[in-house]
Amino acid sequence: MLSEVLRNNLNLTGTKEGCNTGDCGACSVLLDGALVCACLVLAVEAQDRSIETIEGVAKDGKLHPIQQKLLEHAGLQCGICTPGIVIASRALLEKNPDPTESEVRYWLAGNLCRCTGYDKIIRAVMDAGATMRGE
Amino acid sequence: MKVKTDFKYVGTRPIRPDGLDKVTGRAMYGADLNLQGMVYGHIVRSPHAHAVIKSIDFSEAMKLPGVLATMSAADLPEPGDKKIPGGEVDFELKAFSPIVMARGKVFFHAQSVAAVAATTASIAAAAAKLVKVEYDVLPHVLDIHEAARDDAPLLHEDVFTQGVDPVPTRPSNVSAEIELKMGDLDAGFAAADLVIERTYSVPMCHQGYIEPHACVAQFDENGKVEIWCCTQGAFMVRTLTAAVTGIELGKIKVTPSEIGGGFGGKTTIYIEPVAAILAQKCGRPVKIVMSREDVFRASGPVSSSETRVKIGVTKDGKITAMDTDIIMDSGAFSSSPLFPAVMFGTACYRCDNIRSSGREVLTNKPKVYAYRAPGAPQPILAVECVINEIAQQLQMDPIEFRQLNAVNEGDLPLFGVPFQAIGLQEILREAKKHPNYQVALGENQGRGVACAFWINAGMQSSATINVSEDGRVNVLTGNPDIGGSRASMALLTAEVLGIPVDTIRPAVVDTDSIAYSDLTGGSRTTLATGGAVIKAAEALVAELRKRAAALWGINVEEVDWIDGSAVARSGTGLETLNEARANDGHAPATAAKSLTLAQLAAQAGVTGGPLCAVASHNAHNAAPSFALNMCDVEVDKETGKVEILRYTCIQDAGKPCIRPTWKARCKAVLCRVSAGR
Repeated sequence: MLSEVLRNNLNLTGTKEGCNTGDCGACSVLLDGALVCACLVLAVEAQDRSIETIEGVAKDGKLHPIQQKLLEHAGLQCGICTPGIVIASRALLEKNPDPTESEVRYWLAGNLCRCTGYDKIIRAVMDAGATMRGE
Repeated sequence: MKVKTDFKYVGTRPIRPDGLDKVTGRAMYGADLNLQGMVYGHIVRSPHAHAVIKSIDFSEAMKLPGVLATMSAADLPEPGDKKIPGGEVDFELKAFSPIVMARGKVFFHAQSVAAVAATTASIAAAAAKLVKVEYDVLPHVLDIHEAARDDAPLLHEDVFTQGVDPVPTRPSNVSAEIELKMGDLDAGFAAADLVIERTYSVPMCHQGYIEPHACVAQFDENGKVEIWCCTQGAFMVRTLTAAVTGIELGKIKVTPSEIGGGFGGKTTIYIEPVAAILAQKCGRPVKIVMSREDVFRASGPVSSSETRVKIGVTKDGKITAMDTDIIMDSGAFSSSPLFPAVMFGTACYRCDNIRSSGREVLTNKPKVYAYRAPGAPQPILAVECVINEIAQQLQMDPIEFRQLNAVNEGDLPLFGVPFQAIGLQEILREAKKHPNYQVALGENQGRGVACAFWINAGMQSSATINVSEDGRVNVLTGNPDIGGSRASMALLTAEVLGIPVDTIRPAVVDTDSIAYSDLTGGSRTTLATGGAVIKAAEALVAELRKRAAALWGINVEEVDWIDGSAVARSGTGLETLNEARANDGHAPATAAKSLTLAQLAAQAGVTGGPLCAVASHNAHNAAPSFALNMCDVEVDKETGKVEILRYTCIQDAGKPCIRPTWKARCKAVLCRVSAGR
């Protein structure tokens, strides 16, 4: 599986494994720009394709707005779901820079979190969107 | 005792110190450690819920290239009647050892029976399939009522119902009974105008942390084992691993990884001793990661329960008698929160005549473990439902009914310790005037109200504070940070030392690097570990004042600690000294009347050596928490679909160290309640 190659062969352990059945979203990565669960993708399917993981989200020593806003809004606790949520919500904001709250909630429905109760995550994503739009 | 209420740092909202590593994916969890030469362990699990293990044959598995070691209960010492020291209560080794490896018999489906280590995870999994285990399948029992019957399949020949006098001579699946009483129950019910009796049951459910159990164990040539794992208690892992494997406790070092949720479910061991034994046998570091399926099949769920509640009231709404009886399913070994359940079910109400009893029943299911306020929600759900029904029948407002009967300071609950200052009446008052309680309900809509209680734990903790040469502060504790404790520990240190919270770096360290701490759970860390941190910070302040006094050549009593600096009191020795020196035409003894922490740290080498403080604490001052939840729902009468319209949670939270974290926790609980936990 792609998740195993990322974690065990490439030592990119920021992509988490919570279920290995595509239910929890902790292993969310982008494959040629499309949001996928790395535990459902065969590693060979990723051959010659672009894979974006959490390790590449902060660039040049600066956090991405979604990472910053998750910190500011206390949108994480244990943090095991956080990399998946960062990847998924960044993908949303790139596709839809001004999502409604319902759109954010639907988009992140595949990313389970057991600590925060989601609300602060949703607010952080909305706020990150506003920051990225320059508001 | 004077209670401090004005805080500079506690109650503020700093960015959590562990947050950066979590949002960037750098934070290391249980399954994230890869060591040089590391191999993988895989556990063979029972396909039967109840069976005798006749034989285990590893020969085919060992033939598979890449397989390095195997193990079973034969590699662990016989538990016998050995006890595991657990502070105030000792635990039976025979209730822990079989969870790590079944010995002679399996008691639940997916109980671990054997294990293999191989060079890759897939070889280990394939080898596990080649391990031949012969079973004699026994009849199993899953239902608490069936299990309690005399003719039920018996799980353990050596379990005799505890709490019964005289001790029974026949073994039973009923592992414990308890009854607590106060007042005169019959007289209480005789004085009642209305008596309602109902039975409610709560199913078994899993804590559902996103991170599966994971660990890496490594043995060295001196017989020392290092274990890296996700756990709620590194010292607990050390204690239990030593007991189960027979490895000397002092030779085990446990490093807690970041923990991806636990909620009570990571308060025990499953795979750590297996990885340790496999590592010892093959001479390589061994990693074991449970699959999600194994987490759900074989790690501790929460007790299911059935509670019968009988409550009597006068027609003007005064509770005269409360009688509750709870049966808890403990899974295959005694571990249910029976005592808390029996003690706390009625804790919200003032009543002179209470009887509460409970029975723990063993069934062919995984051994249960704690989950958020273990033992409290099951009976409280039943009691609150009956309270609502009584209010309805008396045509009283459910909150007003509770205001009439809620416990106050000084009231004696069933568990025998009178309440000190508590906030249940304040909660009810806030609930009554909350806007959500005023909303008029429409057709097919209803409103539920329920109170809740948790005792909160204290117990043992330690803390270490080190000051670096530039005045930055490290605060070290031994409690895995499951809910933001590092931020809380930093805030408490900042408060005592009077320095900005961003100059403090908190860390959770391994069992070799700090003194013992009980595990993270029972809502004890902020209180007990926080207490140790406060003590250590206070000791450090005392030392800092001493160092400043030495530099100034004055008495320590003449030095105050104000906002992160030692300050010489006016009219003290320093001023007198300098006056005298000035009269003699000398320069002042020192130019500064105050010295900051950084200045003192820079001079530590000439005032007595490095600045540090260690504290140990055994917290006995835990105070209980109360809460009220109210929820409006709408029911679609055709489909039965229930929609939550509004949910309000009011808690007596004491003083939250970090407000946003506490609020998020409330919301998470609401999410779980509305999703059926």
